[in-house]
Amino acid sequence: MSLDTATVRRVAALARIRLEEEEVARVQGELNGILGWIEQLQAVNTDGVEPMAGGTPEGIAAMPMRDDVVTDGGIAAKVLANAPDREGEYFGVPKVIE
Amino acid sequence: MHPTEFTLAGAVAALEEGVISSEELTRAHVEAVEALNPRLNAFITTTPEQAMEAARASDARRKRGEAGPLEGIPLAIKDLFCTEGVQTTAASKILEGFVPPYESTVTAKLKRDGAVFLGKANLDEFAMGSSNLTSAFGGVLNPWSRRNDPDARLVPGGSSGGSAAAVAARLALGATGTDTGGSIRQPAAFCGIAGIKPTYGRCSRFGIVAFASSLDQAGPFGRTVEDCAIMLRSMAGHDPKDSTSADRPVPDFAKACGRSVKGLRIGVPKEYRLDGTPPEIEKLWRQGLDWLREAGAEIVDISLPHTKYALPTYYIVAPAEASSNLARYDGVRFGLREAEANSDLRDLYERTRAAGLGQEVQRRIMIGTYVLSAGYYDAYYLKAQKVRALIARDFREAWGKVDAIVTPATPNAAFAEGENTDDPVKMYLNDVFTVTANLAGLPGLAVPAGLDPQGLPLGLQVIGRPFDEETVFAVGSAIERAADFKALPGMRAGA
Repeated sequence: MSLDTATVRRVAALARIRLEEEEVARVQGELNGILGWIEQLQAVNTDGVEPMAGGTPEGIAAMPMRDDVVTDGGIAAKVLANAPDREGEYFGVPKVIE
Repeated sequence: MHPTEFTLAGAVAALEEGVISSEELTRAHVEAVEALNPRLNAFITTTPEQAMEAARASDARRKRGEAGPLEGIPLAIKDLFCTEGVQTTAASKILEGFVPPYESTVTAKLKRDGAVFLGKANLDEFAMGSSNLTSAFGGVLNPWSRRNDPDARLVPGGSSGGSAAAVAARLALGATGTDTGGSIRQPAAFCGIAGIKPTYGRCSRFGIVAFASSLDQAGPFGRTVEDCAIMLRSMAGHDPKDSTSADRPVPDFAKACGRSVKGLRIGVPKEYRLDGTPPEIEKLWRQGLDWLREAGAEIVDISLPHTKYALPTYYIVAPAEASSNLARYDGVRFGLREAEANSDLRDLYERTRAAGLGQEVQRRIMIGTYVLSAGYYDAYYLKAQKVRALIARDFREAWGKVDAIVTPATPNAAFAEGENTDDPVKMYLNDVFTVTANLAGLPGLAVPAGLDPQGLPLGLQVIGRPFDEETVFAVGSAIERAADFKALPGMRAGA
């Protein structure tokens, strides 16, 4: 399967990565190179195989649940310490509501 | 002896005996970093004042009789582990200046056990690479060089290239790394040191900048297998903050290093014999198996039939998870923001990510976005998860016949900057022997075992059953003893 330029632009938009017009051809070539290479998986017979969703090896105990309790909070200053823009105890972003 | 010549285990003993203080040991390493880091670029951030302060505090703890297992030992920390109050970049421009308000669990455990941190080691951006060349803070120089071409700038491997180079060049007694497809084992092999990716779940991932959550594992680098075992014991253990970390006891791994391999069955997977593998790698592999046979192990031919699908499977699963994990870098809560005066929120996201993320990272996010997008999810992502299950099943069946598997660690020795960079897929092939252990969640150790004709180190890999790092350490140290690897990189502290 080969991506056309419209699909490359759509994927970049979905990924929220600005793609300049002059970069589209380069990115298209690279993505198609990788996708062409991973295409070989289609040759594997996976009928009846359960997908492996996580990294835990089979036969290892399931992930434990912890008590559903608040373990921290009241640290707004820490949470906001690295923000590029803030207003009071809020992250600052361009206006999103007209 | 110069203090940077100690092994980690040797330094622990010397500190216990009072032969040296942590202040002296740490100062020697701080000076080594100052002298060689300008050339190696192994560290993105160095913290000499904090290191000296921590060393003095460590000496005081020892005096009070409160010494931990790593008391006073200077280490390098891959700049993917969040360290409270110390810049953590993941080698990306998008995180430049990010100062975490919290500590990763692994580094907190190392500190609890007395370790001293020298700084944050360079890596491929977001751990995506096998050369350390994708770092936004520049590549790392491998301290080894080619006999016939000493001026060629060799890469240390990646993604944990700074960690491996720092330990090989005697800038640190040990280092942390992370391994998603080979990012500990490949640089360890390229730099002539040992490194282990433990079983998935052995170490907590809390506070490690996430790349591919079902594959990422933290692990140590050391100049000996025993050094890795000592560090791993401190790093491992269940953490309520990471539900995938295993709630099981952490053994004294160092004890397993002396364990006999007599009677162990060592698997040799026929699918790892690849066309085009250099003869010296084939030879080293045979040599390693001979050593183990001489030590009393039984060598058993096995088959892992889905091996050839491991890399393409990885390059669906890892980018898919990365595209989701890296969605958090949006210019709002931390890190870089790039916007025009009239940018709306979406334009702010798109400009920030285009400016802050490097090309390889953008490429993988886009591949991941595509394979997860409506209409392609089943054909790519679900298919890859099923092939991943088959790869894991191959190993499960092998464990009925063998106790450990031995393979080459890498398909080649360290390459030079500029080689392998014309085609992303060619670079991906570096992880051909290592990526299977990540997909199956198994422990894998790289141990230096010989030199190629250019005088560059080559490593062997030992893969073990889930949570059987002890057998992996036993086999690895048997190889280490037989190989008696004494070669040293040209660029190192005290040289």
